[in-house]
Amino acid sequence: MSLISKTALAILIILVLCSVFAPVLTPYDPLKIDLDNLKEPPSLKHPFGTDNKGRDILSRVLYGGRYSVGIALVAGIISVCIGLAVGLMSGYYGGRIDMAVMMFVDLILSFPSLLLAIGISVIFPPGIFTVVIAIAAVGWSSFARLIRGHVLSLKESPYIDAARTIGCSDARIIIRHIFPNCLPLSLVVLGLKLGGYLLTESALSFLGLGAQPPMPTWGSMISLNRVYILSSPWMVVFAGGAIFIATVCFNIAGDALRDKMDYTIK
Amino acid sequence: MPGDPVLSLVGERASPETIEHIKEQIGTDKNFLSQFAGYVGLLMRGDLGRSYYTQRDVARDVIEKFPNTIKLAVTAMLIAVPAGIVLSVISARCYVSGTNKKRFLGEFISLISIGGISLPVFWIGLILMYIFSLYLKWLPPSGTGDLSFLILPAVTLSLPACASIARVSRTIILEIIGQPFIKTARAKGLKERAIMFRHVLKNAMIPLVTIIGLDFGSYLNGAVLTETIFGWDGIGRFTMEGIIKRDYPVVMGCLLIGTTVFVLINIIVDILYHYLDPRVRIGESYK
Repeated sequence: MSLISKTALAILIILVLCSVFAPVLTPYDPLKIDLDNLKEPPSLKHPFGTDNKGRDILSRVLYGGRYSVGIALVAGIISVCIGLAVGLMSGYYGGRIDMAVMMFVDLILSFPSLLLAIGISVIFPPGIFTVVIAIAAVGWSSFARLIRGHVLSLKESPYIDAARTIGCSDARIIIRHIFPNCLPLSLVVLGLKLGGYLLTESALSFLGLGAQPPMPTWGSMISLNRVYILSSPWMVVFAGGAIFIATVCFNIAGDALRDKMDYTIK
Repeated sequence: MPGDPVLSLVGERASPETIEHIKEQIGTDKNFLSQFAGYVGLLMRGDLGRSYYTQRDVARDVIEKFPNTIKLAVTAMLIAVPAGIVLSVISARCYVSGTNKKRFLGEFISLISIGGISLPVFWIGLILMYIFSLYLKWLPPSGTGDLSFLILPAVTLSLPACASIARVSRTIILEIIGQPFIKTARAKGLKERAIMFRHVLKNAMIPLVTIIGLDFGSYLNGAVLTETIFGWDGIGRFTMEGIIKRDYPVVMGCLLIGTTVFVLINIIVDILYHYLDPRVRIGESYK
């Protein structure tokens, strides 16, 4: 692992720990409105300044990380699970079902992903679950496609033949023999995708389709404060910086994981 | 249906009679299936319905705004493609030449490209707007108009695209450089520059065109955000306004047009192969 990827991983761990232990780290309540300290620039008391309602931005960024990174992770895990289930079935059994499923996957992949996610999240009332559903509903398709391809090649290997000869059922072959061999690939792809999910999450909440105020997420902090960019740019800078740094670290770590596992996926 | 369009149209305190009347007018009193059938019927006639708010023909609005989005996307592409390819060529050459200093430059460029694909478009847009139009006052912050209005949104939109092109193109170039015919070209004494342009880039064109074509989808994605921030009067902002006002005919129309364009571009890319790569043509004659 190169120095860059080690640094990225370290930053990522620190970021996640900071978000998890946010109540210990900051004395301020991210939701508490303090009308005496409106739009304070960054200072020792408020390292990232305060927003238009006097809320401490540092604590909002830390608490926001819980939602933003959390949503990306949950959506990613759901995508992997659906993708694994569909990919395993489709790749192992093949035939008409496989064809139909893959056509559906192609259909999803032929949409621009953010537009599709926006379209899906319009159907449901805005909120955390809507974002998770919107990201996962688009995200599972690429997992399903990759895992199916992997299953197709695994299916032909001698040890599967051996398992079949000693009388293993299809279910046992899929669960005990093929699934464990698909897991590393799925984790690598998950690592590569997480950064993108984080960006999609923040875009959706920037557009007002995600978590609703007063709940802080990085995207919604930017959209709520963007009107004040001329007078108090710090409101926007730090929340966006958090998205940027977290995404960069996810992407670098994902690349490093891929190189380590020696997969050639782009 | 959440965010009932009727309620957002007349407000929460409207009398029940008004709500009933509006419901009847825009047709949300009918059940889901008949609404859907009605919409498909409209589509068949090339009609996207009318906006709940302005009562304007959605199809006509989309046609009016579409050239603006294309203008933005094409400008962004004109920035992203050359910049991305130049970055990738530099980074690939640094990687091949063994000196430490150049390797460092190469690493640095790949780090920048990872940074580029990780940029939240709406955030970098706001930062650029702050620096160039509010602080330096060089460019107008928002609006639709001549070139000066176009620069900021186009640059914003091009940054992630440029980075993704640079990343992919670097991998492609490195792959080609490792092949025997490049060794041949070197052996017969061609200059590095000639090898890069004549042999490497020419062969890199096919995968590159695919990536650039597929990236057009991300321009459409990014356009929703960029246009909203910079007040650029295109499809993206139109979609966003529709979403906020629960103006479903507008949202449906824009999503439909956006995805259609995306799919069309993919088809065009596939057709372009035919002209770019003689091997594809030879493959056809075998059939």
